[in-house]
Amino acid sequence: MTDSLTGPAPSGFPSDTDLSDDVLVRVDNLVKHFPVKGNGMLGRTVSQVQAVDGVSLTVRRGKTLGLVGETGCGKSTLARCIAGLIPVTSGKVYFEGQDITNLKRGTMRPFRREIQMIFQDPYGALNPRRRVGSIIGDPFAVHNTATGAERKRAVQDLMARVGLNPEHYNRFPAEFSGGQRQRIGVARALALRPKLIICDEPVSALDVSIQAQVLNLLADLQDDFGLSYLFIAHDLEVVRHVSDSVTVMYLGRVAESGPGDQVYDHPRHPYSAALLSAAPAADPDAAAARQRIILTGDVPSPINPPPGCRFHPRCPKAQDLCGTAEPALEAKAGDPATHLTACHFPVETGEILARADRREQR
Amino acid sequence: MSVTELQFQAAAVGDAPVAAIQGRSQWQLTWRRLRSDKVAIASVGVIILMIAFALAAPLIAAITGHPVDQAYPTTGQNSFGNPVGPGVHGFLLGTDQIGRDLLVRIAYGARISLFVGLLTTALATIAGVTLGLVAGYFGGVVDAILARFFDAALAFPFIILALALASVFRPSLTIVIGVISFFSWAGISRIVRGQTLSLKEKEYIEAAKSLGAGPMRIMFIDILPNLLGPVLVLATLYIPTAVTFEATLSFLGIGIPEPAPSWGNILSEAQQFYQVAWWYIVFPALALLITTLAFNLLGDGIRDAIDPRTERIFAGSKATRKRGRRKRGQLSLDQAILVGQQDGQVTDLPITNAGGDVTS
Repeated sequence: MTDSLTGPAPSGFPSDTDLSDDVLVRVDNLVKHFPVKGNGMLGRTVSQVQAVDGVSLTVRRGKTLGLVGETGCGKSTLARCIAGLIPVTSGKVYFEGQDITNLKRGTMRPFRREIQMIFQDPYGALNPRRRVGSIIGDPFAVHNTATGAERKRAVQDLMARVGLNPEHYNRFPAEFSGGQRQRIGVARALALRPKLIICDEPVSALDVSIQAQVLNLLADLQDDFGLSYLFIAHDLEVVRHVSDSVTVMYLGRVAESGPGDQVYDHPRHPYSAALLSAAPAADPDAAAARQRIILTGDVPSPINPPPGCRFHPRCPKAQDLCGTAEPALEAKAGDPATHLTACHFPVETGEILARADRREQR
Repeated sequence: MSVTELQFQAAAVGDAPVAAIQGRSQWQLTWRRLRSDKVAIASVGVIILMIAFALAAPLIAAITGHPVDQAYPTTGQNSFGNPVGPGVHGFLLGTDQIGRDLLVRIAYGARISLFVGLLTTALATIAGVTLGLVAGYFGGVVDAILARFFDAALAFPFIILALALASVFRPSLTIVIGVISFFSWAGISRIVRGQTLSLKEKEYIEAAKSLGAGPMRIMFIDILPNLLGPVLVLATLYIPTAVTFEATLSFLGIGIPEPAPSWGNILSEAQQFYQVAWWYIVFPALALLITTLAFNLLGDGIRDAIDPRTERIFAGSKATRKRGRRKRGQLSLDQAILVGQQDGQVTDLPITNAGGDVTS
């Protein structure tokens, strides 16, 4: 366990030297393990699901940090830890320099106003038994900021702002389409004028044309209110579209992080490269020309992750060192200081990943 | 959620399209479906009549001129000292063994029965819902402890506890209400706990938490409205159970003490006289039967209205009958013919997926 806690070397992390006002949220070596209980009433803890294991990241004021990775890599768990919805096993979350890790409900309350969430499932995130006006007005009710007619006006303003008809104030969520419901979720998140909105796959349940509408709405709101987003998605193109910087996660760890263009155009981690090569390209010529890296095997269980680099059993570049030593998250030679990669043998530009290639020809 | 409110809304939509659009709530939809269920509406009518009957008990006593505890040894008993039958000497439903007016006593008994039924159900529902919500929402140790309480309450032998309590304390209305409530809440708690366990994992609960809402707000504003449907059905079905419980306790002599009348203690007395006075046992039993049946049918109706997917064998509304027939069309051929014969309408059966040979 000590191994995982030391995780990425702190020295390689830029925010240690960069504690300016620019940083809104700093996550430092965050670990979240879920105990797996045995049978019976007393159920001893048999093992731990290492959902998030030593992740550090920074969300800058007014910017968007995209968080990508496949299902089960710990993205949503990380989001819930930052939002204070689930207790953190170890590590720290700082909001505007203040430690908000595992705060009690009362002390967390002022920060709740600053950090809001937009959820993945526009059907599940709205209480089916409550009217839309009441759902969007909930933040006001919880924080006692507006009552009666004032609250109603505020809610209707919000509805208009996110592109809903304010006359639909008294409707139920079931009477709206998926895109409209997601707008309701956005309006609710916006109600208290937060500084950070955590978007947990906000568009993955929506139709493509609706995705664009919601993404544009989020972008407009960012400009108008100076919002910062932590944007979680597994659609790489969506993340590229909205993000200023991108963090790639694999099995509870950060594989690579850096400015969006850097990570997308020059991925250094073999996993990032494989992930990007799997994304469908809109241009058919580009699609035909690109080299696809097909990974072998499945994602290992987070209950018993592989030692060393967690990606090494599937990595086309893996060598003996990868199975024993954990690579530090650091800037590799030739990369800007903000582009960090946790890999012993980073991918060079133009390099062809041998093992994957062989498999493809078969 | 009343008829007038619905009519008002309908009028508002027709007359003033400028008014804000009002979505129909779950309760409005439920009410619309319930309204088309003739059995349920008839049950509501019966229940209202029964409540009116109970409330009008002093009025009935005044009109007949027979106070509830007044015995009429001369007019109310025949020459053998037995009760007189319905219609004799102005006793509409006859008299009991000491010559009291049975109609007046049944009316006063209705007060006790309905009061006990409604009050115990209300107490049991409030306690059951609160404890079920707490157990389900907080989980862990709280849940483990409360769940053992539910089990214990459900495991208690009802009659034996009632007998024991009645022998320690004097039988009284308070004990009856206490005992019945004690035996009713745990069932509701279990259902509510189970529902809460699944509801608390919904994303909108997480959304409420991320807004900073506390456990009370989440339990009673976010979770409870989603539970009201099943709770309402359960509560409606608990009322007749409580009425029967009260009658049982009074019948055994450990319920409402004489001379206060309750359906149970009237029946208890009547069992010695049914050979000479059929009316003495039939009318109170009928009152009990009609009341419990009406509440049970209403409960079924509400359940169907809340969840239209449930099928019912006996249904009053046309829609349900049609739905039933359509469903039968998907049965196997043999079953379909069997059902059709029962209905006496084999000819117009839509046999669509009869896989076998049709050589009958």
